[in-house]
Amino acid sequence: MSATIQTFEPAERPPTTMGARLEGELMEVSMGPQHPSTHGVFRMNVALEGEIVRKLKPVFGYLHRNHEKIGENTSYLGSMPYTDRLDYFCSMTNNWAYALSVEKLAGIAVPARAEYLRVILAELTRLQNHASLLGFLLSDMGAWGTPLMYAFREREKILDLFESLSGSRMMCDYMRFGGCRVDAGPDWMERAKKIVDSFPRFLDEFENLILSNEVVIARTQEVGKLSADLAINAGITGPMLRACGVNYDVRKVDGYGFYPRFKFRVPLGEHGDTYDRLMMRALEMRESVGILKQAFEQVPVGPVMNPKVKIRAFRPPAGEAYGRIEAPKGELGFYLISNGGTNPYRYRVRPTSFINLTVLEDLCLGHTVADVMVILGSVDIVMGEVDR
Amino acid sequence: MSGQIDEGLRSELQRQGIWVTSMQDLYNWGRRSSIWPLQFGLACCAIEMIATAASRYDLARFGGEIFRPSPRQADLMIVAGTVTKKMAPQIVRLYNQMPDPKYVISMGACAISGGPFKQGYNVLKGIDRYIPVDVYIPGCPPRPEALLHAFMELQRKIDGQKLTGDNRAEHLNPAQPSEFPVPAFGAHDLEPPANPDVFEPPKIERT
Amino acid sequence: MFLSRRRSSAPDVESLEQIKGGAEAAVPGAKIDIIPNPGPSQQSSLLIDNEHAAAVVKFLHDDPALRLDFCSNATGVDWLDRTVKKTVKVKRVIDGEEKEVDEAHEELVPGYLEAVYHLYSMTHKHGPVVIRMRTVDRAKGARLPSLTPSYRSAEFQEREIFDLYGIRFDGHPDLRRILMWDEFQDYPMRKDYREPDDYEYEPTPHDDVLAKAREHYAPRPYLDGAENITAQPQ
Repeated sequence: MSATIQTFEPAERPPTTMGARLEGELMEVSMGPQHPSTHGVFRMNVALEGEIVRKLKPVFGYLHRNHEKIGENTSYLGSMPYTDRLDYFCSMTNNWAYALSVEKLAGIAVPARAEYLRVILAELTRLQNHASLLGFLLSDMGAWGTPLMYAFREREKILDLFESLSGSRMMCDYMRFGGCRVDAGPDWMERAKKIVDSFPRFLDEFENLILSNEVVIARTQEVGKLSADLAINAGITGPMLRACGVNYDVRKVDGYGFYPRFKFRVPLGEHGDTYDRLMMRALEMRESVGILKQAFEQVPVGPVMNPKVKIRAFRPPAGEAYGRIEAPKGELGFYLISNGGTNPYRYRVRPTSFINLTVLEDLCLGHTVADVMVILGSVDIVMGEVDR
Repeated sequence: MSGQIDEGLRSELQRQGIWVTSMQDLYNWGRRSSIWPLQFGLACCAIEMIATAASRYDLARFGGEIFRPSPRQADLMIVAGTVTKKMAPQIVRLYNQMPDPKYVISMGACAISGGPFKQGYNVLKGIDRYIPVDVYIPGCPPRPEALLHAFMELQRKIDGQKLTGDNRAEHLNPAQPSEFPVPAFGAHDLEPPANPDVFEPPKIERT
Repeated sequence: MFLSRRRSSAPDVESLEQIKGGAEAAVPGAKIDIIPNPGPSQQSSLLIDNEHAAAVVKFLHDDPALRLDFCSNATGVDWLDRTVKKTVKVKRVIDGEEKEVDEAHEELVPGYLEAVYHLYSMTHKHGPVVIRMRTVDRAKGARLPSLTPSYRSAEFQEREIFDLYGIRFDGHPDLRRILMWDEFQDYPMRKDYREPDDYEYEPTPHDDVLAKAREHYAPRPYLDGAENITAQPQ
């Protein structure tokens, strides 16, 4: 397969409701950076023919806050709180990706209990991320309020867990190189179990509410189709890739952490359209609940920190490492180059949602402006990670 | 106008079932109970802002749940998150488009001073370099309770505003500008890097 | 089979030798060096010459055994000019006698910009194979061939490298600044970039920020405790 850059020739034009196409000149519209449904300060320059998108150019950088430059000017540990603010919905998985990369760079082992805690927290993060995403997606479709309220009700419960463990609702700064910062007590585990046990009830309710809804189906099926070949070539990862039917989950492929010890399935889509992307999230939440239940049963007692790791004046040996995990939005990687000093020489974040936006134009061409918002919502972007 | 009603008389009348108020009190009561914020989030703090408006914290109890997507209909701008230099001109433009009276809450460390990202080359060191700010909320990100507190502080401020007299509210003063110049993108930095009419670095010298 | 299929892991140096041999056989004239990685991560990389990079990458992408169809990460690295101190044994005539003397010798290694790509295979589920390309120097017009024709995922990332490091990618379909505004002239991720001085006010100064904020406050004539946050009298 030779990959080609998509040209912007008008795709096959879908018939409009009026039966005939409206001819006219292209009108350029700048959507964003302040727009109610661009999920932050994202901007798109759209060329429209009537209501049909003929060209779409994303404009980035409105939240470029120099994460990488700051990372090169601070110590390895000092960057940990900054990773919380990358994808600010999923600070736990960001922590994990960074900790994993530094552990690769310095060759650090992690105790078993810490690995289990990491799995538990990452899957809880996945639950709250996917739930909020569905809420936001629905409010982009015009269901303003209600689904988001449902999702945030569940999210608050999980944030309470994070807060009692790490001290902060969103910016957890919980993981360390060689383990986790503090241990979770037995009462925390009990509370977490309760929340996880009651989560499928919310999922049933939520799926009843939205997934079989006629409007949702009409708005999402056959909208924003992505082919598997293009998805692989464009580096799409996460639920968006799997919605195209490509079986690639870093949890299975790399088997990082203790994921090989868990039984779980990787949901796969078939059509690669917005509905499949939406369903991926719903199905993944069910699998996450399964992983969490196994983890609560298996988690051993023991230390949560590798005692050999130096916290102060931590200097990994010279070299480089690229570590990646399956974050809720896709593959999140960190590329670090050490020259033996206390600061990384190069600190690079492989931003999931930034790269997932590569195909945004291909998804939107030929659809209406209203569909652009739905497609963008199903890509699941967080500007903190897109622009860093 | 307000201040001219005898408080004793007012409470006496109230006991008799007659509620007396002044134009100013009524006007401020209406304004403070229906603050419409601009639906506009920048970064992490915006998620806490959404959480404030969502199920558990419920900003609607204070009359602020109607987030308006258009600045033309908004009373309050909550600058929630890191203001980058690329974004700063658009924020000033949005502020200029809001009708008077308008208020600004600077939410979180980044909007106050650049916060943890202060050392970034593309990070504006505080939105008060270009537009005046009414309430600052520290925190990274501030909890929803903190935003609610800031909201109540703003209501208190609105309640205390006078309609007439020398110390009347700023938006009633014709000399007070309602729009501020929008900075331009320069070769190395924004031009100007701060609006000298609005921003004056606090003097550390004490006498 | 070049790489183990069992679990995705970085290829060791031996399989990199095989990849190198395969690529050099497939692309005549290509020159590939293996850059060893001294750290524990075992991720050594292939340095590809710029002239044949596109063809070599196409081979890596299409070769049925490798099938590196997924470019996960593309990024730039700035390597400054550095001087390497070497001690060389030199024969000298001292006091009429020929002796071997250690002489410290400084050698200037010119700096360069580097683009690093991490390639994986979604088909065979192996990787990463790390490839790098280097520019000749750090001048403003430094050029590298674009890999976007092979990997669409490099499209935005190469734009980002161009924006932050100033490497121009030949063959990129739309090379513009992506994160900074178009009028911006510097390349901020370079190591010698100096950011604009806008530290007029800092409520909680510390470390570097403290040093920068101090420059803005006049030296204090007398000591009352506040001198810790203002500049010291010279």
